[in-house]
Amino acid sequence: MMPDVQEFLQIDAPALLAAVLACAACALVGNFLVLRRQGMMGDAVSHAILPGIVGGFLVAGTRETLPMMLGALAAAALAGLLIEAVRRLGRLESGAAMGVVFTVMFAAGVVMIEQASAGGVDLDADCVLYGQLETILWLAPKGWASLTDPAVWAALPREVLTLAAVFALCVALVGLFYKELKITTFDPALASTLGIPAGLFHYGVVLLVAATAIAAFEAVGSILVIAMLIAPPAAARLLTDRLAAQILLSVALGVLAALAGYGAAAFGPMLLGASHSLNAAGMIAVASGLILALAVLFGPRHGLLGRRRAVGRLRNAPGFIAPEAQKP
Amino acid sequence: MQYLWRTPGSRTAPEEASPIGPPPLEIRGLTVAYHRRPVLWNVDYAAPSGGLIAVVGPNGAGKSTLIKACLGLVPIVSGTVEVFGRPIARQRRLIGYVPQRESVDWDFPVSALDVVAMGRYGKIGWFRPVTRAHKEAALHALERVGMADFAKRQIGQLSGGQQQRVFLARALAQEAQLYFMDEPFAGVDAATERAVLQVLRDLDAAGRTVICVHHDLQTVSDYFDHALLLNTRVVAQGPVGRVMTPDLLSRTYGGRPMPAPAAAEAS
Repeated sequence: MMPDVQEFLQIDAPALLAAVLACAACALVGNFLVLRRQGMMGDAVSHAILPGIVGGFLVAGTRETLPMMLGALAAAALAGLLIEAVRRLGRLESGAAMGVVFTVMFAAGVVMIEQASAGGVDLDADCVLYGQLETILWLAPKGWASLTDPAVWAALPREVLTLAAVFALCVALVGLFYKELKITTFDPALASTLGIPAGLFHYGVVLLVAATAIAAFEAVGSILVIAMLIAPPAAARLLTDRLAAQILLSVALGVLAALAGYGAAAFGPMLLGASHSLNAAGMIAVASGLILALAVLFGPRHGLLGRRRAVGRLRNAPGFIAPEAQKP
Repeated sequence: MQYLWRTPGSRTAPEEASPIGPPPLEIRGLTVAYHRRPVLWNVDYAAPSGGLIAVVGPNGAGKSTLIKACLGLVPIVSGTVEVFGRPIARQRRLIGYVPQRESVDWDFPVSALDVVAMGRYGKIGWFRPVTRAHKEAALHALERVGMADFAKRQIGQLSGGQQQRVFLARALAQEAQLYFMDEPFAGVDAATERAVLQVLRDLDAAGRTVICVHHDLQTVSDYFDHALLLNTRVVAQGPVGRVMTPDLLSRTYGGRPMPAPAAAEAS
């Protein structure tokens, strides 16, 4: 039933690694979007980078990561400025401003892709949405024993290495600036009076989200990026009341969603006797949605059942007087 | 490494701020506008050193904006603000701030102690963790507002009055010389009102200057020593006995009839 070791290491392992790293990185930075009530920013950034990616590709003429990354970062910065400009000049709330800017920029990106592919260039709008997890291959390992050879690890696919670097960057920045991220997220006004540049941290978070989205989107697509930025942090928030615990939990839940989703997509249909496999990025997004649903139901303090249990405990407590029995 | 804008000079001031030195706060020709509508117009004000100061005026008079402009939180069209004789950006460590309670998300996953510890961040600086000593200072600040038992509680599970006391404790943890407080008495229960007042009086007794936006005209004269009557421009300023008069209040509030108690008290 299980595929042999070499096939697993060459096909499933790199895809799993990419999915796990992408989900972990997105979940990590997503905490600060969710806590800033800027979940929409994940949507905005992950769509708005498209014209930058296409532009970088067209200018450089290759699918190297660096020019695409630079183009995407430029597009993210442009999106940030445009959103602010639309918000001020149009006097719109920021969600509406984001909605206008990212749809226009994404549309521009799609037009650029269409134009480019008319000229015989290999870029595809579907890849942007769903990624191409299944095409990430790691041909070096021949079996478990070959994993001890450093050369095998050096031959990891470029997408996996990029994602590992971005995840490491996210961990380093969140670790170094944990205190400042906490205070600028909770109370930017107080942070400013203490001399912490809250505005700079806002743009820093946006750029970090952009960098993560860029690295992740090639592998897993923008739909999964958006799901991973929001669902694991939102689920983790329901499971704890401490920021550090929420961040660690969200990363763990992101990894769990990646493993469960990929497993369900790759091996689930086989177990049911079907010969094809499902889109892994889609299944991972579904898994993250399920995890969030479970957290909503079973979260200890904030979950629906937890709250009901707490009320039940209160009612059973000695000396409890029911509100309906009290005189107003 | 300390946060931005600290200079070697600003470290010395706490013990050395002398009563004959520059005033705690000096505002000259301050004008602030939102979307071209002036909110503050040519405000001049020098806060006396010592004594509790109330900023009084109707809704939309620019009270909160005055505080935010002093703290550098809103852009200034023209004018200058000096704290103990120097621009605010160089005196951040001398300033404490209590924003309006509604200005933050109380669902945020932090405990009361975490929030109070934020008052210490200015002293901790970049790349350093919150040490045990800072946590103890934060806990002590919570004790001073009667909230030590709630240190571990997530802030969303506190009552409005308790949240206000947490904000006050955070300001205490800042160990500042000059405090700006935006409506610290707004919507709190009687116990909290007493606790807040006690903290203000302790600060005053310790020689700190406290400037509060205050909306309850009935208590201005009881709680505060000085008042600044504001309605876009400064209408009057000085000791409460001199400025909390029916005439000046009615000019501040645009000629509307005054609430009886304030008028009775001033007469």
